[in-house]
Amino acid sequence: MKWDTCDPKTAYVLHLADDALILGQRLSAWCGHGPILEQDIALTNVALDLIGLARQYYGYAAELIGDGCTENDLAFFRDSRAFTNHLLCEQPNGHWGDTLARQFFFDTFHFFQLEALQQSSDERLRHIAAKAIKETSYHAQFSAEWIIRMGDGTEESRSKITQSLRHFAPFALELFIPAQVDAAAHDLGFGPDVSVLESDWKEKIQSILTIATLSPLEWGFPKKGGKSGVHSEHHGYILAEMQSLARAYPDATW
Amino acid sequence: MDPEVPVLSIVDLGLVRSVQVSNSDIHLGIAPTYTGCPAMDVIHDRIREALAPLGLPVHIKPEIHPPWTTDWMSEAGKKKLEAYGIAPPVGKASDKRSLWAPSPTVRCPRCKSDNTALISLFGSTACKSLYQCRSCDEPFDYFKCF
Repeated sequence: MKWDTCDPKTAYVLHLADDALILGQRLSAWCGHGPILEQDIALTNVALDLIGLARQYYGYAAELIGDGCTENDLAFFRDSRAFTNHLLCEQPNGHWGDTLARQFFFDTFHFFQLEALQQSSDERLRHIAAKAIKETSYHAQFSAEWIIRMGDGTEESRSKITQSLRHFAPFALELFIPAQVDAAAHDLGFGPDVSVLESDWKEKIQSILTIATLSPLEWGFPKKGGKSGVHSEHHGYILAEMQSLARAYPDATW
Repeated sequence: MDPEVPVLSIVDLGLVRSVQVSNSDIHLGIAPTYTGCPAMDVIHDRIREALAPLGLPVHIKPEIHPPWTTDWMSEAGKKKLEAYGIAPPVGKASDKRSLWAPSPTVRCPRCKSDNTALISLFGSTACKSLYQCRSCDEPFDYFKCF
């Protein structure tokens, strides 16, 4: 396949795209299941932004690959090992608190990542990041507000959100451990050194936890592999659901 | 007209970034609002529909840079929005470093009271938040400053 051997820039754009698509797909599953209508709509809005962002990145990667490659080829015809999204993005939705804890960690990272991408040596990535950060700042505000609401809420919401945050903390650490795909991007100037984003991120996370009257997190041992294409078992199920239609009817159009 | 906010034209919204008309075709640069906004396809279709009587091929190029901002919305557009029942964006698109900042004071489009409260950051579409007026109790959409 033409994307298995792509150059470091294309590989990096695909990595950015995969995070947005996989998390967008996960959040889409909340449509019709949110605890109240307004929050159902809010998560669906975030999902829509992420899938729109994924399209920007896949469209760019398809141009870089050339040879008639399209954004749909990249989203629907690559296998799990070719995806380099973070493990955090593919973890199951669980309950509302789980989804918001995962989102809180990712949105906050995403904000700092997009801020750094505005210094990318690649003009297209700078432009996409400048656009996406506006949306992401709303996502980050939304998820942080929920952490505060649940942490500083009832005994039950507090206990549930504490468990959710603890559960996702080891996955969140992967965001800041460079793998080949993002290390190469940093070496070549397309992307940030993700390890330097960690201190800003932890500071912001901690400041929200303090407002939420929650104790500081113990981060645990990092769970990583997603950026190298080694995923948790959940990944295959996401792809099966997301890709089956396109693979069954490869030439279908709406 | 925007399909989700049918009182605003694409010019009111500040979406039209460039227009080039020659004897043989028409080139338009259109800024997308939100990256995933499903209304963009409809907007492109309606532009083509509106220009069809001219009988020239229409080329629409999405221009993501500089990114669209509500600062480009016309004053006339903001007035139309409020008259329609949607509170227009307050202030200029803020520096997004001011993340997690308190929400702005939004005026109720119905009774003009400033005594309003945010219900949800995301409303019926990505570009709007849901507010409620504490004076007249009416819930309303607020077009986010973006």
